[in-house]
Amino acid sequence: MSPVSPMQIPLASFGTFDQFRDAASTGAAAIDTLYFWILGICAFFFFLIVAVLVAFIARYYARPGHVEQHTPHHDNRLEALWSIIPSFIVVALFWYGVLFYLDLRTPPENAYEIQVVAKKWNWSFMYPNGVVDPNLHVPADRDVRLVMSSDDVLHSLYVPAFRVKMDVVPGRYSELWFNATTPTESFDPAIDPSTTGADENGYDLFCTEYCGQGHSAMIAKVVVHKSGTFETWLAEAARIDPTSSPAELGEKIWKQRGCSQCHSVDGKASTGPTWQGTYGTEQKTDKGTVKVDENYIRESILNPMAQIRDGFKGVMPSYQGQLKDAEIAAVIYYMKKLSAEADSVPATWEDAGGVPGQEEGEGSAEGVDTSPGDGLDAGEPIPAEEQTPADKPDSEEAAAEKMDVEEPKTGEQPETDDAETATES
Amino acid sequence: MISQSREHSLLQAIAEDPSRKVFIPQGRSYLANPPGMTFWQAVSSWAFTLDHKRIGVMYLCGVMSAFLLGGIFAGAVRLELWNGTPGLFHDNVQQAQDFYNQMFTLHGAVMTFLFIIPSIPAALGNIFLPMMLGAKDVAFPRMNLASFHLWCIGAVFFLITLLTSGLDTGWTFYTPYSTSTQTSVIFATMGVFILGFSSIFTGLNFVVTVNTMRPKGMTWFKMPLFMWGIYSTAIIQVLATPVLAITLVLLMCERLMGIGIFDPALGGDPVLYQHFFWFYSHPAVYIMILPGMAIISEVIPVHSRKHIFGYTFIAYSSVAIALLGFLVWGHHMFTSTESKLAAVIFSALTFTVSIPSAIKVFNWLTTMYKGSIHLTTPMCYALAFIVQFTIGGLTGLFLGTLATDIHLHDTYFVVAHFHYVMMGSTLIAFLAGLFHWWPKMFGKMYSELWGRIACLLVFIGFNTTFFPQFILGTRGMPRRYAAYKPEFQFLHQLSTSGYVILGVGFSLAAAVLIYSLFRGKKAPDNPWGAATLEWKCCSPPTTANFEIQPWVGSPYVYDDFVYDPDEGGYVEVLPDLHRSGKTADAPAAPVTH
Repeated sequence: MSPVSPMQIPLASFGTFDQFRDAASTGAAAIDTLYFWILGICAFFFFLIVAVLVAFIARYYARPGHVEQHTPHHDNRLEALWSIIPSFIVVALFWYGVLFYLDLRTPPENAYEIQVVAKKWNWSFMYPNGVVDPNLHVPADRDVRLVMSSDDVLHSLYVPAFRVKMDVVPGRYSELWFNATTPTESFDPAIDPSTTGADENGYDLFCTEYCGQGHSAMIAKVVVHKSGTFETWLAEAARIDPTSSPAELGEKIWKQRGCSQCHSVDGKASTGPTWQGTYGTEQKTDKGTVKVDENYIRESILNPMAQIRDGFKGVMPSYQGQLKDAEIAAVIYYMKKLSAEADSVPATWEDAGGVPGQEEGEGSAEGVDTSPGDGLDAGEPIPAEEQTPADKPDSEEAAAEKMDVEEPKTGEQPETDDAETATES
Repeated sequence: MISQSREHSLLQAIAEDPSRKVFIPQGRSYLANPPGMTFWQAVSSWAFTLDHKRIGVMYLCGVMSAFLLGGIFAGAVRLELWNGTPGLFHDNVQQAQDFYNQMFTLHGAVMTFLFIIPSIPAALGNIFLPMMLGAKDVAFPRMNLASFHLWCIGAVFFLITLLTSGLDTGWTFYTPYSTSTQTSVIFATMGVFILGFSSIFTGLNFVVTVNTMRPKGMTWFKMPLFMWGIYSTAIIQVLATPVLAITLVLLMCERLMGIGIFDPALGGDPVLYQHFFWFYSHPAVYIMILPGMAIISEVIPVHSRKHIFGYTFIAYSSVAIALLGFLVWGHHMFTSTESKLAAVIFSALTFTVSIPSAIKVFNWLTTMYKGSIHLTTPMCYALAFIVQFTIGGLTGLFLGTLATDIHLHDTYFVVAHFHYVMMGSTLIAFLAGLFHWWPKMFGKMYSELWGRIACLLVFIGFNTTFFPQFILGTRGMPRRYAAYKPEFQFLHQLSTSGYVILGVGFSLAAAVLIYSLFRGKKAPDNPWGAATLEWKCCSPPTTANFEIQPWVGSPYVYDDFVYDPDEGGYVEVLPDLHRSGKTADAPAAPVTH
């Protein structure tokens, strides 16, 4: 992370010549060392070969008076020598490559587990308490294991700063683990990850298996939370404020669950139709004309191939089993709000008949263990009630959206603060 | 037409050794048609010719057109990447992404299947393999023609793909994306399927030709190394290509009929497709590079005036690479959820391929030791090959080593690595061969000065294009991305600038060759003093190649060849009997209707 933007000085990124991004995981150092060893071996042989080549040309180029001289046509000792020396080198490379690879591919026991779902063209990271986030949030200095699956085609999860990569394959689970060492300095979820500089605003997380149109925009951020603050983030993320409006939740889902990749809310057509002013209109599809109502939207979310709007390709993945009914309802409210029927959208969850998935007035993550497994260094497990204050003021959630990860929250949440102190001690 | 004196010496030679095979002398260049032919007769005399040289020339025109097309697609890819955000050609991001995805796919597919696989074996191999054997043609001339016609049909399928909805799967056709995308996957895979048969036909023909048609005295270890390379390649073509054909048929079955083979939604396995695909496509990498190495093994000794060093090691290393090449496909799949054990085994096998490749480089270098190095255009390309192949080969160590591969897999590092091997090596070797054999093929000499300037531009352009991509890759730039982080802009723009230099270099090289056809000096029969048999006939050869079967000597002993300034080329001190006069009656200039 260079302080000077390379865009301003074109040579800056070349001049500093840092071969890698800064390593930010426990496994990265070994891989970097091996990389530089190979680089050294390659440089040695390359310059040797080029030096011999240039010397021969300079010494033996055809010129008047110069004649070739006969030399032996073969020399078994020489051939053996230059077969055996490289063999020893490649055996050594193979051996160290395997050692570090086995480390890279063998997750330690008790690693904190996060479920990853990849689909065209976004990532969903699911935490043990049910939180789903488009960015990967992990605690620092802790083994994290990702269990990954794909909803449609092949993807591949790649975090260059951690030197890890694994394909995400439909129809099976793949796994990946790392232990992040360097906490993210600051993180703002509102910034589009594909527009930031490398490893700015969180570490880059790329899709590296070609997956179609939006492949190059399938970028998320890895936010490494300083020890202890991860639990705070997780509890915050789990909370739905009962006084907020369903349409706001719909908007949040639109942002976080990948809808915004293809559906605009400003009237511009993208990969998919815009949501602005669509609700309640008549639209032509490959199966005839359809009125965009609750049922059509629900069908489009759960079974997108059933009816495809004219002028668009059928590329949307199904959200079957990934959005709860109440979340689908929230999306529909949000679309209504963007249409002529904006007036009919309820202002709060109370008006809409309660917060989805929770009893009225209670925290969403009640009874769900948000602590990252039992391998935590901290002494005591944190009681679930303490982590999820149900009676937080409205502004808290907005504040949590744009948070400074390194700065632990103070004052307003005494219980959480205690938990943090316990974790850090 | 054959001159009186030459006919006399021929008859004399036959009288002295009746065991020598005599071909019907025609005395006319294979490029020229008999006078009085109508235009359409002339066209069909080319389109339905059984002459391996004419088929080779048609292949040359075909693969060069494909190369031009693929090069234009590459230019679109590089220009699109001038800016970090998609949209140099389009205002709309989605359209720009679609455009980029189509361009890199078509670039890869056209270059791989239409250009680089047939380039050296089907064009240069077709022309020179029979001539190196002192033979009149390949074993199965009709099959050879069928192979070219299949290539044309395959190319037509690619054109249909282009003109319908294009292709955006990547040249690898990975499932399940390829079974779900809306683009013309069926036309493209049909094209590749047909091209596969073209490749099998060529390979089969060459295997039989080398096995059965070697002349008396040419034992396996007296063959020119070019033949060893082509022979090893032909074996891979025959054994590996059917697997690709089957895989693509399965892909079409899944896409058209919904039979679940690779798509997990239908009960299939997408990783199975990768195994099938790379079981062909890794050996295919050696289909591309082995003939390139084979050309270098010819060019370096001739232009250094030195016997090749370590003949048997080079010959065996070609066979070793061909065989080991079948066992390393899993290294394309180190991150594909393949098991740890499989990854370790494939990594070990991958390293074994590096040794025969290294042996070749050391042998080429030693060949030049104490030689007389003529920096002709083909030799300049051969030297560029050694430098670039060294980089391509050495960077393979990063990718064969498991731990470092995980970071570099599917990044620009891999893009740079395979372009160094495929383009920096195979294509450069192809150009070395083209310039080396051009006087023989068309009977014309090109401008050495401009040829070398073009070679220098290609060398600079290539390295400017692809070396920055190694750095992009280690810094974590994924491949097949229509957009990139702002930090990467300088390296991407450097790469695109390299493309422009490369384009100028290739255009100049093409201009030098085409100009020579019209204004070039008449080529002598043996401009470089090479000892392989193809130089023992006229430039350009007659339809029958040789009037009489040439004597087989060592292909790498140059002592008997002396430069003759009057001839502008080399003549044998003890000429073969049928070459009584050094001013052999030359056939007419190449056809220009």
